[in-house]
Amino acid sequence: MTDCYIYDAVRTPRGRGKVDGALHEVSTLELATQALRAVRERNALDTTRVDDVVLGCVDPVCEAGADIARIAVLNADYADSVSGVQINRFCASGLEAVNMAAAQIMAGQSDMTIGGGVESMSRVGMGASGGAWPVDPQIAFKSYFTPQGVSADLIATLDGFSRDDVDAYAVESQRRAANAWDQGWFRNSVVPVKDLLGQTLLARDEHMRPDASMQSLGALNPSFAQMGEFAGFDAVAIQRYPQVEKINHVHHAGNSSGIVDGAAAVLLATKEAGDAANLRPRARVKAFASIGSEPAIMLTGPGLVADKVLKRAGMKSSDIDLYELNEAFASVVLRFMQVLDIAHDRINVNGGAIAMGHPLGATGAMLVGTLLDEMERRDVETGMVLLCVGAGMGTATILERV
Amino acid sequence: MELTNFRWDVDADGIATIAWDSPGRSMNVLTTSTIADLGTVGERLATDSALKGLVITSAKTNAFCAGAALDEMASGGRSLSPEEAAAARFHGVMRFHAALRKLESCGKPVAAAINGLALGGGFEVTLACHHRVVADVPKLQLGLPEAKVGVLPGGGGTQRLPRLIGAMQALQLMLKGETVDPPKALALGMIHAIAPADEVVARAKEWIKSVKDPKQPWDKTDFHIPGGGPYSKTGSQVFMMGNAMLRKESYGNYPAQRYIMACVYEGLLLPIEAACRVEARYFVKLLGEPESRAMIRSLFLSMQELGKGARRPADEAKTDVKRLGVLGAGVMGAGIAYVAALAGIHVVLIDTSAEKAEAGRATVAGILDRQIARGRSTEQKKADVLARIQPAVDFAALASADLVIEAVFEDRAVKAEATRNAEAAMTALAIFGSNTSTLPITGLAEASSRPDGFIGVHFFSPVDRMGLVEIILGKRTSRRALATAIDFVAKIRKTPIVVNDSRGFYTSRCFGTYTREGMAMLAEGIHPAMIENVGRMAGMPMGPLEVMDSVGVDTALRITRQTRKELGRNAIDASEALMEWLVENNGRPGRKIGKGFYDYDAKGKRQRLWPDLVSSRRDWRTDAHVDEMKSRFLSIQALEAARCFEEGVITDPRDADVGAILGWGFAPFTGGPVSYIDTLGAAQFVSRCETLARLYGDRFLPNQLLREMAGGGETFYARFAPVRQAA
Repeated sequence: MTDCYIYDAVRTPRGRGKVDGALHEVSTLELATQALRAVRERNALDTTRVDDVVLGCVDPVCEAGADIARIAVLNADYADSVSGVQINRFCASGLEAVNMAAAQIMAGQSDMTIGGGVESMSRVGMGASGGAWPVDPQIAFKSYFTPQGVSADLIATLDGFSRDDVDAYAVESQRRAANAWDQGWFRNSVVPVKDLLGQTLLARDEHMRPDASMQSLGALNPSFAQMGEFAGFDAVAIQRYPQVEKINHVHHAGNSSGIVDGAAAVLLATKEAGDAANLRPRARVKAFASIGSEPAIMLTGPGLVADKVLKRAGMKSSDIDLYELNEAFASVVLRFMQVLDIAHDRINVNGGAIAMGHPLGATGAMLVGTLLDEMERRDVETGMVLLCVGAGMGTATILERV
Repeated sequence: MELTNFRWDVDADGIATIAWDSPGRSMNVLTTSTIADLGTVGERLATDSALKGLVITSAKTNAFCAGAALDEMASGGRSLSPEEAAAARFHGVMRFHAALRKLESCGKPVAAAINGLALGGGFEVTLACHHRVVADVPKLQLGLPEAKVGVLPGGGGTQRLPRLIGAMQALQLMLKGETVDPPKALALGMIHAIAPADEVVARAKEWIKSVKDPKQPWDKTDFHIPGGGPYSKTGSQVFMMGNAMLRKESYGNYPAQRYIMACVYEGLLLPIEAACRVEARYFVKLLGEPESRAMIRSLFLSMQELGKGARRPADEAKTDVKRLGVLGAGVMGAGIAYVAALAGIHVVLIDTSAEKAEAGRATVAGILDRQIARGRSTEQKKADVLARIQPAVDFAALASADLVIEAVFEDRAVKAEATRNAEAAMTALAIFGSNTSTLPITGLAEASSRPDGFIGVHFFSPVDRMGLVEIILGKRTSRRALATAIDFVAKIRKTPIVVNDSRGFYTSRCFGTYTREGMAMLAEGIHPAMIENVGRMAGMPMGPLEVMDSVGVDTALRITRQTRKELGRNAIDASEALMEWLVENNGRPGRKIGKGFYDYDAKGKRQRLWPDLVSSRRDWRTDAHVDEMKSRFLSIQALEAARCFEEGVITDPRDADVGAILGWGFAPFTGGPVSYIDTLGAAQFVSRCETLARLYGDRFLPNQLLREMAGGGETFYARFAPVRQAA
């Protein structure tokens, strides 16, 4: 098998995913374009060397529809020979895109690829692409469809995480993210988004609330109680997990991932192709995997996929120096730490999506850059990126510095 | 033109009228022969240029059409393989669709003049008409109630109704099987006009003359589904929430509701003809599901037969209770007085003091006030009902009663005295009924001077809402007493079942096994939340611990101790220890004081499991197998029903199934405990019980009867085949 190396990772700052967000006036295409352009410019890349661009996007409709990857390749003025493909593994799309792009190289069928993702949640909107799962009675019934927020609350209920536990986690995420920004630890990967005139629209993650405290979070109402209690989803979840008397609704806007706009891209190549382009490899993609898990609780995939990928790599969880697990909801990370017995100082050390937001299709690729920068800063060898995934899945990648 | 089910007539304007008149039936029903007729009519309308339009109405005065012939639907196709039967049914349903489609797309106006109730298939025929005029009759009901008996509207109802009134409204009506009166139907958009009954045909013809290009809304190019299709913004919410609410309410146990959701979802994404094909497939698939067959049999056919007096001695002259005596004006007595007075019977309500008797009448007034508040009764009706209830203290008031029912305290001595006092005043021919729930009738009849006229008439609480009466025959109860009791129960519009005397009779005895199983699970250390959830998921209306709270944990404890002493056992088991702990150490006897297994609010509403119970152990088991728990809950009850057959307590499978569903809410989707065993097969049930007995104790050991049936591959409905009498 050919080794696949990571040469560069870029991301846009994340704009608040609302009409008053700084990136709302930037189209999905433009977001993806600026990420791809940054990869080319930072690496003085002759794009004829690139075989394929794989981009994750979770709601690929309207302006994000019809293979946004190929359209972004064209808009970023890459060579016509560069193909593009858009993929969707829900929240792990950005990481899955990197994995699929790496897989082409490891399989010996491509020499240089880009994996990344894009999502303009303020413009296209979460759920805009529809989908059968909640709506089609056949599958909704069979799989006990439960909305993600209720599933996150179910995890907290089953594992006994209190409102204080999840809020404390969120406060720490905000603190770490603010500190990392202040120290300049994200500087290497973040590429400001510019307007037509070259003026900077956004240079720093816009969603952060560094002043968040237990008190300020304590004032927020649970976001999923209404849906759970009045729309019947608590009952659905309980029929799947009948040991639960009542779902404890602990999640709210302050301890769940933020809705934001953003894009990311990761440059991958064989050693030979990297050398030919005068690039220096930063890390090797050691192993990756995806897994399916019980869909009603939906968000327990990370623990399972970590086991799976570690086994594939012949490693133990203690062999991993740093973890980046997407902060979809606080309970997801708390459960993962419990299941794998990982201390908080080895995971999401610079905060995560609770503070900075989760642009669905892009987050996985963003986390690759975040992890890589931190591995280099700390000078440690191995790290793992993971995300929980809708409909009950998990995706993980192990990186190894070279 | 010659039609089997309709009278054909053409007027001077060239408008044809078909008046529905099912031969040999008191009520119009939809049969294969009706469908053939409708096909013939559609063809003639399309091809005969002299015809300008068509009116469909009914020649029967009582109704337009009550729906499809469920007896025809439930039978048939026995000699065919399942695949052949399904194919035959599918083609049959598609013939119906073709006939209706022909009517609505032939280019000529078709109007329904609905002069009586139109339900199910009957209403679906009218939905295929371009225009619906309904008679201004308040009692007239319209709609698609199929789901109530485990079927789905299979004549395009799941397609045309949502296209008329939107998926949300249509689903709400169809999933509950709710029917509506003409004003509500008009407001919802299900019909076009309301007219005096004798004018509906004329109004239909007027409409026909006024219309130029008759088309159904869904055949017009600018058609939009009201409220949007399944992937519109609002439509997707309807289905997403609808799926969740349906699971919440049905626990996924009712395929009819699930298939209705699927029909509407899939159908609304298709043109009408393809949509009807999808519906036809689900309809046929549903008829092959055991739940559907069991529900049609128990909830429709058997209930109807029992209601019409199937268990009545045919040779006894018809009786008619005009005057009823009720002894004891407590909650039960008042409830019995209410249902009787509602049916036009004059009631003497006796208690030991005028205040108590008056209080009973006030209880009735309270029931009626609640009905009025819900729009289900009127002040006039309340006055009429109350006028028929005469509170009294003196037993002499019973002199003109045809039937006397005692609902006094559950104590032999008290009941004996009431019996003697009443009989002293009653005529020699009047019948005496005891509303006991547990005390054997033969024993109570010892206080009677004429035990042949003494019978058990066991009502369920709350009497105004529970549809069952368990009639218990004592050793010496006469056939005339039985006939009187059954005629009386029919008159008050409840369903009678007939059982033989034994402790707990049939219903109380079988039901008790459910709560005991729940207690056993608790003693095994299964998490109480899991016991309760799985009890409901098994199809029972309440979890077993909640039932315990309702009955009274102290009462259950007393009965358990009594039974143990009678059996000569000293060692108490874990369930009894748990009840002792709850009642005696913690003062939690149940809902009556707001404290039992659960905490209740001041209104008696369940709040949460008692936190100290939940925290009483750290090692609650949550790994118990859900399907096995469900099987324990249902099997232990079904097994008790089988024992009742062996002991002769119950003799007719219809009584066993209908009594279980109406009496204690036994999982309706199974069709009842006996259908549950028959569906599974006796051999399979026996082997399951043996496994459960090995794991959980001898209470699961199958009886001799079941072993015999397992050996011979018998079913209850064959071995104890009900004697069908002409009703």
